[in-house]
Amino acid sequence: MIQPTPFRFYTERRLVTLTGLQVCTLAELLAILHEVPGSSIFYHTHHLFLSHHFEKPVVYNEFALWLSEALQENALAEKIAMIDLRAFTSIRQLRNTLISFIQTHMDSANQRPRVCLPGSEFHFCRSKSFVFPTSIVAHDVADFFSKLPRLQTFRCSFIFSRLAFGSNAGRTTFPFGWSRVDKANSPRPSICSIPMPALLMS
Amino acid sequence: MVVSLQDYEPIVGAGELEELRILAGYVGARRLLNISSTSVGGGVAEILTRLLPLLRELGIDVSWEVIKGDQGFFAVTKAFHNALHGTEQEITEEMLEIYRANTEMNLREMNFTGDVVVIHDPQPAGLILRRSEMGRHWVWRCHIDISTPDLRVWDFLRPYVDSYDAAVFSMPNFSQPLSIPQFMVAPSIDPLSDKNRELEPIQITRVLEKYDLDPDRPILTQISRFDRLKDPVGVIAAYRLVKKRHDCQLVLAGGGAPDDPEGIEVLQEVHEAAATDPDIHVLLLPPYSDLDINALVRSSTIVFQKSIKEGFGLTVSEALWKKKPVIGGAVGGIRTQIINGITGFLVHSPEGAAQRALQLLANPELCARMGENGYQHVKQNFLLTRHVKDYLLLMLALDRPDEDIVHLA
Repeated sequence: MIQPTPFRFYTERRLVTLTGLQVCTLAELLAILHEVPGSSIFYHTHHLFLSHHFEKPVVYNEFALWLSEALQENALAEKIAMIDLRAFTSIRQLRNTLISFIQTHMDSANQRPRVCLPGSEFHFCRSKSFVFPTSIVAHDVADFFSKLPRLQTFRCSFIFSRLAFGSNAGRTTFPFGWSRVDKANSPRPSICSIPMPALLMS
Repeated sequence: MVVSLQDYEPIVGAGELEELRILAGYVGARRLLNISSTSVGGGVAEILTRLLPLLRELGIDVSWEVIKGDQGFFAVTKAFHNALHGTEQEITEEMLEIYRANTEMNLREMNFTGDVVVIHDPQPAGLILRRSEMGRHWVWRCHIDISTPDLRVWDFLRPYVDSYDAAVFSMPNFSQPLSIPQFMVAPSIDPLSDKNRELEPIQITRVLEKYDLDPDRPILTQISRFDRLKDPVGVIAAYRLVKKRHDCQLVLAGGGAPDDPEGIEVLQEVHEAAATDPDIHVLLLPPYSDLDINALVRSSTIVFQKSIKEGFGLTVSEALWKKKPVIGGAVGGIRTQIINGITGFLVHSPEGAAQRALQLLANPELCARMGENGYQHVKQNFLLTRHVKDYLLLMLALDRPDEDIVHLA
């Protein structure tokens, strides 16, 4: 039997970069969403998933949090909070969805625009990610799953690579090739069957 | 006590330390030069004292220098400090000239170089004028909140700052529009320092006896420099409201810093506000009182950090690490440490502080739950090892400024 190539786990760590962009109304948020770098969209929709929490947040989308807490745009916030990140394989798609939700809401709203209080502005950040190999290597399927608990950022690798590198990224970042040599113990079905909320919120 | 990286493993885990070693490998033996305005007193000195030895252990060639300055210069920079926080200050052309002259003097006398030069806060910011001789990459690390600065001071400093390769702030809303990249790095506490490590009960008892504190009655504490922006007089007002319903004690403890000439004035104001109340203990602590501070916080029921303006507020994380609920001013970095209702309470007035203190004193279970939450929050976000990692990433980021995703392998 051909031995599978050992799989080395990589990890990602990030520095938060300040864009200097800040908004205090819905219209300003919409305008900036059109032009802000994709890494900023990624940061504000994903970084809470990629962080450890002693108490799980109710809402992971920071745009939704701000809309609710600073502008009391609660209906819109709930819609945005329920955007399913699994549906996207590019930041552009996610950006367009956010813009669409906000534009639709503004078009239908018949109230005076709200302005957040001073000190409650939304500050656009972005992340500068550093991807590097860990010393953790798996040699077969059993080894792979036995080493997963050692990782803090397994969920990061899956989601990050998918959004950063496109829908085929999973094939290069996960040992799906093992399915060709050891079908009976392939990790692919196991990984793909993990519900995304469990994956993201573990 | 000399600590090494390995000593942090029981707290942060082996994986975290391994990542630091891997990242340090990519950084290599770069020379990291830090320049600040003082080596004792205040949060900056405290962080650098703990951070740099760990970086050194990881193979980074670190050094730390302090600029020179007389009382006149530090009076000017204290005025700048207050003005950058948005406090009204008289800023004269003469003061600006004192800053320039002191910068020139330091430039003549300093003979240090580094691959990465990190300048801490406004006092040494002018050293950038010799950037090509002293270092390859320059970073301005701003530890204070300059979101609403006096524009005269900021417009004076900004040309210096814009000449750096990058700026670092503790929170997004602390920053100002700049032409250079800006990073966010939160400060941190060292869980193994004398200020934060576990103490034996007898050590705590001795400190209580030393300061004539009654262990059988609630102790409310604020640990801070005597600075108006920390609102110690407001804390006394809150205590007086609480005292009407609970027989408690108040401790206001802090040290001075060589670059803070206002401290004596504020201390006098605090003594006047405390009047003759024997249950208000105003403690001006000498340098290296970390064990006393540790014991005071551990013996407290509630910790205040009722600042009016604040950069980060390391004292908040220090108290949270000791599982104490913290009542803090809803300003600056306090808002990232106190998750309202979860790790403590954010307040806007002495009355608000008193109200929350009464709530906590009436509910020991809430105190315990908040204490545990605060400990976990600090463990995940504000420990020294996280800060070490950010420094390593920052040095790597300077090499590749245009990339959002950096592949280090």
